[in-house]
Amino acid sequence: MTALTAPQGAHHLAEGAAQRVDLAKGADLVQSIDWAAIAPPTIAAVAALVVLVADLFLAERHKGLLGGLTAAALALAGLALVPLIGDDRATFCLTAGTRACSYVADPFTLTVQFLVLGGAFVTALLSMAPVRQERLPAGEFWFLLLASASGAALLPASRDLATLVVALEVASLPAFALVGLRRGERLSSEAALKFFLSSVAATAVMLLGVSFVYATTGSMHLSTVAQALPGVDSRLHTLAATGVALTLVGFAFKTAAAPFHFWVPDTYVGAPVPVAAYLSVIGKAAGFSGLILVTVRAFPSYADAWGPALAVLAALTMSVGNLGALRQRTDRAHSAVRLLAWSSVGQAGYLLVPIAAAGYTEEPDRAVGATLAYALMYAVVNLGAFAVVAALQRPGSPGRLDDYRGLVRTHPLAAAALAFFLLCLAGLPPGIVGLFAKVTVFQSAVDAGLGWLAVVMALNVVIALVYYLTWTALLFRPATGRQPAAPALPRLSASLTATVALTGVLALAASGAPQLVLRFAGTALF
Amino acid sequence: MIPLDDTVMQALLVAAVVLPLLGALAALLPAPPGLRGRGPEQAVLRHGVTVTGVVFALTVLLAVGFDHDRPGTMQAESDLSWIPALGVRLHFGTDGVSLPLLVLTALLTFLCALYSYARMPQGPSPKAFVALLLLLECGTLATFAVLDLMLFFLAFETVLVPMYFLIARWGGEGRGPAAWKFVLYTLLGSVVMLLGLLVVGLNAGTFDMVRLAEAHGAGLSHTTQLIAALAIGVGLAVKAPMWPLHSWLPDAHTAAPTVGSVLLAGVLLKMGTYGFVRILLPAVPDGAHTFAPYLAAFAVTGIIYGSLACLALARKGAKGDLKRLIAYSSVGHMGFVLLGIATLTHTGVNGALYANLAHGLITGLLFFLVGALKDRTGTSDLDTLAGTTGGALYGRAPRLGGLLAFGAVASLGLPGLAGFWGELLALLGAYHPAAGLSRPAFSVFLALGALGTLLTAAYLLLVVRRVCMGDPAETRPERLATVPDMRPYEFAAWTPLVVLTVVAGLWPGALLGLMDPAVQSLLPGVTR
Repeated sequence: MTALTAPQGAHHLAEGAAQRVDLAKGADLVQSIDWAAIAPPTIAAVAALVVLVADLFLAERHKGLLGGLTAAALALAGLALVPLIGDDRATFCLTAGTRACSYVADPFTLTVQFLVLGGAFVTALLSMAPVRQERLPAGEFWFLLLASASGAALLPASRDLATLVVALEVASLPAFALVGLRRGERLSSEAALKFFLSSVAATAVMLLGVSFVYATTGSMHLSTVAQALPGVDSRLHTLAATGVALTLVGFAFKTAAAPFHFWVPDTYVGAPVPVAAYLSVIGKAAGFSGLILVTVRAFPSYADAWGPALAVLAALTMSVGNLGALRQRTDRAHSAVRLLAWSSVGQAGYLLVPIAAAGYTEEPDRAVGATLAYALMYAVVNLGAFAVVAALQRPGSPGRLDDYRGLVRTHPLAAAALAFFLLCLAGLPPGIVGLFAKVTVFQSAVDAGLGWLAVVMALNVVIALVYYLTWTALLFRPATGRQPAAPALPRLSASLTATVALTGVLALAASGAPQLVLRFAGTALF
Repeated sequence: MIPLDDTVMQALLVAAVVLPLLGALAALLPAPPGLRGRGPEQAVLRHGVTVTGVVFALTVLLAVGFDHDRPGTMQAESDLSWIPALGVRLHFGTDGVSLPLLVLTALLTFLCALYSYARMPQGPSPKAFVALLLLLECGTLATFAVLDLMLFFLAFETVLVPMYFLIARWGGEGRGPAAWKFVLYTLLGSVVMLLGLLVVGLNAGTFDMVRLAEAHGAGLSHTTQLIAALAIGVGLAVKAPMWPLHSWLPDAHTAAPTVGSVLLAGVLLKMGTYGFVRILLPAVPDGAHTFAPYLAAFAVTGIIYGSLACLALARKGAKGDLKRLIAYSSVGHMGFVLLGIATLTHTGVNGALYANLAHGLITGLLFFLVGALKDRTGTSDLDTLAGTTGGALYGRAPRLGGLLAFGAVASLGLPGLAGFWGELLALLGAYHPAAGLSRPAFSVFLALGALGTLLTAAYLLLVVRRVCMGDPAETRPERLATVPDMRPYEFAAWTPLVVLTVVAGLWPGALLGLMDPAVQSLLPGVTR
């Protein structure tokens, strides 16, 4: 069987269909490829190469085109998701035996790919002005962004451990370079190095884990691993358990769960603001989709081990993140980005809750839907918040929270948008979507019988209120005479304004109709 | 009563909630040609009057179309799915409990808009003022009109933002810290309340208040009910406010502009007590029963504490602020409301709801009066106002003085005025509390409550003595030398409150007939 279930209509598939007939005749070893299914990450990857080559032939003054090209490619990749909606496709399948597939385009995949590509698109819009202003090397920047996005888009579709690790590395390796791209800036290269070292350590640990799992189960495919793990030879049991644990530790690292979060604040501060936004949303989404895949799809038989472990990790992560954010002083340099960095660690804790809950329920597939719903909400509003920060940041400005004092006077709309995003992150009306996304996560914990985690989460939401509200209140405070607030800011650039408007409209729409986002909660996605 | 079509009733209720929101957005836009008026300020203030006026008309129409033969059932109900993933529905409706509150809210907001039209409080642009006022109205009306726990929470929170800005921007001395304190208290309270609501909703499998009331706690274990009742109760008690969670209130009232104080006392506090009656008593009856004696004890402490604080403020040489005094008197009055609720009887809850409405009318009026006095004299300090012999308002501004005396005696619960019935019924309820509640304990509460009415009378009469009476010929500081009497816009804004206070005092049957059946359906199985 070739698992190609593509509709016959797509004419560029005609070739593939012909090939399939050949396969059916005999040549069983060759896998067929469903090009439509793999189009989203492929388009991003091809565009990355095109950008890299085009950079060589473009004159300096035309480099701006590359940004447009990137945004267009990401939009196209996002559009390529549309024909895939509604049918479960799989490709790169084994032609014999278990017939397990390496690439699956099910609702889970499509949702995360939509998040990743949409997020990358917003990042691209966000980056156009900073790339120009901060004189970042345009060709490299856009190439790295597209490459990383293609890896992040491949990740949720991967259904074998090897593809998973490769996708994760494709997503994160370019990110190191993006972080360190600001030439001659000490903070930037230090951040990149920190990020790189911690991430490489995580990858090494994960690879070791994967190899142990492979050694004990004899397979890389998640579904086969899931079937084989409970029946592992008792002598190999320790090895299998170690493998599972190490793999999970690797992913915990990538999601910046505490105690593996220490690289986050410095990295975000050192990176260009759009890159920090990208890491906080797409980087996290990639890590979380990988974590969901290995826990729910590959290691369900170890649920009684990873369930409690993730629950503790979730509680720890949200507490550490929120307390870290609470400690930020408003007059310190870079405190705005630093606060968002710590808050993103805290938010990662909430994202972990439904995955932990999945370890306790009969229907893990449904439980993790809450993570997706929350991630979608978080992606929109966090990108929005970063967009406002990027829009207001001038080269050489300290980026303190105090600089936002009285923003409502100078930039009323930007202030209103930032206030709305912060309230969404806090989960307070009028940020209705944030509130209900939190309720969904809370519900998943209660349903799984994790009452203590629900209580910890509630406490954390209250702690987080303090710093989100402090920032929001600053926006509306009258500026003190001592510091002329935002001294005569120039007009905001068009692309940044568009980004803020886009995320703002999305967040508003989702607040009016939260079902747009919450429909993923409680439905089986696999 | 005019029989109105169901669809019309639904539309009326939804329109009354949505219109202020649209009005708030419209207030921020430039006025369209033809409605520019004498200038942008006047145009937007007039816009506020128009919108609140229309909303008031809608609620009156709603009350007229309301089927008074069956006030115990939900009417004008509209029920739409909003977030199927969580089972949250856009469920609106009104019954005999919420209808009077809807009308009161719309009336007070309209009067406030009218008052501000003539006398805009000191502060930044009136544009934002009107928008916030309308947003506040939307939130409060929604609180009384929604029948879904999550929507209730949203509406409850919506009120926070406009109230914060009204205090922080248009308030008087000490407004910044006062507004911040108000937000912190009520925010923390409502987060706790949200947890309670979630516990109820997730365990009962529905967020629908009507279905929860019908189930009457069935399907919720005793522990769940205890946790939920505690969490929801604390959240609502902050808003009500219940002693010892009241300390945000005096500061907020003192700092708020007149209109803010009126709405805070007249409408916002009612949201807390309404929540007790609408959610806590019917949805978690076991939990409510367990905590009722404690609630009653705190309520009575509040009554005594509030009146003692007022007495202290009213003393000569205490530098008492008149606004602060009325704020503390609110703590006492809301104590009666909470005591009535804690009896868990029909009598007590009816009394509580009655006292609720009466407090809205009377305290609203008192804050208007004190605000007007402060406008004229530049101070609300009792000692400054009284001088050596007394303020002598009777002699110098007879109408203003007379009205202040009227408000004071109405507030102390003079029979024949609105304040009397609610407190009487609440105390009656405490004489015969619901089965299972300790009769001796409630007898003590009753006695203390009765003592509270005496203390209330004492300080209010003292205020009347010091402000209204005195020697008109006394030489006073320049600003206090002349006190202009009532102006036409004040007359227009205050007359409805006076008339309703008298009507509600002389004809309690009209309101009780509306509330009692609704209370009976919320508290089934209670005989008294």
